[in-house]
Amino acid sequence: MSSNKINRRDAIKGLAAIPVLGAFLLGADAKSDHDNGIKQEILDELNIEPATPNPTGSMNGDVLRVGIIGYGGRGEHLIRSIGFASPKWLADMKENAAKDPKDTRLRDYLEQENLNVQLTAVCDAFDVRGELGVAAGTKDGFKPKQYRDYRKMLEDPNLDAVVIATPDHLHAPMVIAAVQAGKHVYVEKCMTHKVRETVEMYDAVKKSGLVFQLGHQHRQTASFLTARELVKKKVLGHINLVQTNTNRNDDNGAWQWEIHEKGNPQTIDWDLFLGNAPKIPFNAEHYFRWRKWWAYGTGLSGDLLTHDYDRINCVLEMGIPASCSASGGIYTHRDGRDVPDVFQVLMEYPDFTMGATQEAGKEKGMTFVYSATLGNQYDRGTLLMGHDATLELGEQLVIHADPQSTRYKDMIEKGSVSLEVPMYAYDPRAKGVDAVTGATAKYFANKGLMYTYRDGKRVDSTFLHLREWLSAIRNGHKVSCGLEEGFQEAISAHMASASFLTGKRVEWDAANRKLKNVSDSELAGVGML
Amino acid sequence: MNGTNSISIYTPAQTWLLVILRMLIGWHLLYEGVVKLWNPGWSAGGYLMDSQGPFANLFYKMAANPSVLGVVDLLNVWGLILVGLGLLFGLFTRLACVGGILLLGLYFLSHPALIGVQYAMPTEGSYLFVNKNLIEMAALCVLLVFPTGMMAGLDGLISQWRSK
Repeated sequence: MSSNKINRRDAIKGLAAIPVLGAFLLGADAKSDHDNGIKQEILDELNIEPATPNPTGSMNGDVLRVGIIGYGGRGEHLIRSIGFASPKWLADMKENAAKDPKDTRLRDYLEQENLNVQLTAVCDAFDVRGELGVAAGTKDGFKPKQYRDYRKMLEDPNLDAVVIATPDHLHAPMVIAAVQAGKHVYVEKCMTHKVRETVEMYDAVKKSGLVFQLGHQHRQTASFLTARELVKKKVLGHINLVQTNTNRNDDNGAWQWEIHEKGNPQTIDWDLFLGNAPKIPFNAEHYFRWRKWWAYGTGLSGDLLTHDYDRINCVLEMGIPASCSASGGIYTHRDGRDVPDVFQVLMEYPDFTMGATQEAGKEKGMTFVYSATLGNQYDRGTLLMGHDATLELGEQLVIHADPQSTRYKDMIEKGSVSLEVPMYAYDPRAKGVDAVTGATAKYFANKGLMYTYRDGKRVDSTFLHLREWLSAIRNGHKVSCGLEEGFQEAISAHMASASFLTGKRVEWDAANRKLKNVSDSELAGVGML
Repeated sequence: MNGTNSISIYTPAQTWLLVILRMLIGWHLLYEGVVKLWNPGWSAGGYLMDSQGPFANLFYKMAANPSVLGVVDLLNVWGLILVGLGLLFGLFTRLACVGGILLLGLYFLSHPALIGVQYAMPTEGSYLFVNKNLIEMAALCVLLVFPTGMMAGLDGLISQWRSK
């Protein structure tokens, strides 16, 4: 080895890696072909395109003057979403961000688009909350006007639109008054409190021609829009059962909200709060925890069933069920409330079909199940079950092929569709997770199919939902949860409540827009007419 | 290192086992880099956000800033590929060892196998303090102090060609 010439032996040693590299390239290429081949075969078969959000327009033009009715917990969030965070929230978030760099809520809020909106008026029956709303809305030297009575507020000509986030029993009277005063409306779910007022409100809004949006912000969630595409392409086959759930196990989730120390007959306009509810003396618990009583709230039907119902209605467009039965009881919070805390609902859709993969006529009809408890928080997931596959619907979409599928029979036999792992997963948030030790490619099968929230930024869906409403006012396009969707949501929820309260299986008479199999006097008897 | 002189201190078995170890690690890191390069949707973002342990905040910050994350992704992919090729071919072997140690050190620090920490990402084994990142890093330390690029690698050829 002392020679300066490079001898053959040294050269071979020096270049020993070349055959290894050759083997590497052959192996890597074969593996890539195999993995991509399977992935591509599934993607070609499913042909899923991540959905793009509904187009909305620009926020340019005159400032839109918005008022809020009901500046409680939800009202505060709604108003923050259009650019009016309360001073306390800003201070809290600043502190949280300093403690935890993962907490980007303040940054997300500050980076949010300016919606060119002025908060002109704040209405709340409780003066303390009204004052907090005014503090949040005070910006650039402008201070919103404060009202107790929404009717006074609606008389203000310097008001274009209102956001309503009051207890449910006040929604319909307020929406009707608002559209009659010529104001566009955004109202929280549940859209209404009873059956007949739902029809009256529907007609009043329809007649007004104003822009109406119901507060189901998940209609903006990218994964649900994609799920709709996927169901239309019969990826699941005939969907015959949908399972939705609520599982909560904390006081806040059971509506045991804080009773404000300053809440008393002097600071709260009790008659305004009662509205059309039965007249009773001032009761702070009824005021601050109104969801616990049917007189003001709509129980699990209106608060949480509506979320799941509308999520599925957004994907399947199945509308109002032909019939509905519900049962449950007060089993976990025996504290004087009269709404159930364990609640099960069955909605029947005998004519439902979005296409089937088996012979014509074999499959038709679907049951929607909602199952809730406020005494356990195990996450059961939302499942859409079809003949060919099951879809787990959440922020992510995960599809499991069914072993007996007709559509995927050949792919299952060939092994390109595995029954052990999901055949497809879609996550609009992440590009994927990987690392030097990771063997996770299959688990995160969605990697190549990236679709981030909006322009790569995480955006609050409540913001997007309100933005869509404001843009519809300015630009005249459709909203994603308008009057028709709201009507379907409210009637379906009321069918569940009416069934629970009367013990009857309630049906829907679409031609006459009323409930069947239960008389008006029975409905009136349980406060649902 | 004084080129060919060092050969004499290893037995053939020692030499070839060290070379095989170098090539195995090179193969692994090269493949990790290539897989990421071939997948246009890949980003370290999810992995960084899954970090735990005393340095987690540093990794969250990397993931939070899109431009920083872009650089991290690029350095990671090409770092793995170049280190992998270097180890495989015995080219700039010491530099490749140092680069590999740095990369593996960062993976180790972001996902330490501490008591009570849990990761979203599934792992295939059971670890306490010592995990495969740490072992692979230790193996590269061994290769750093027992270099083999001169004996079986391009480093040796380059050194001979230069001294001609």
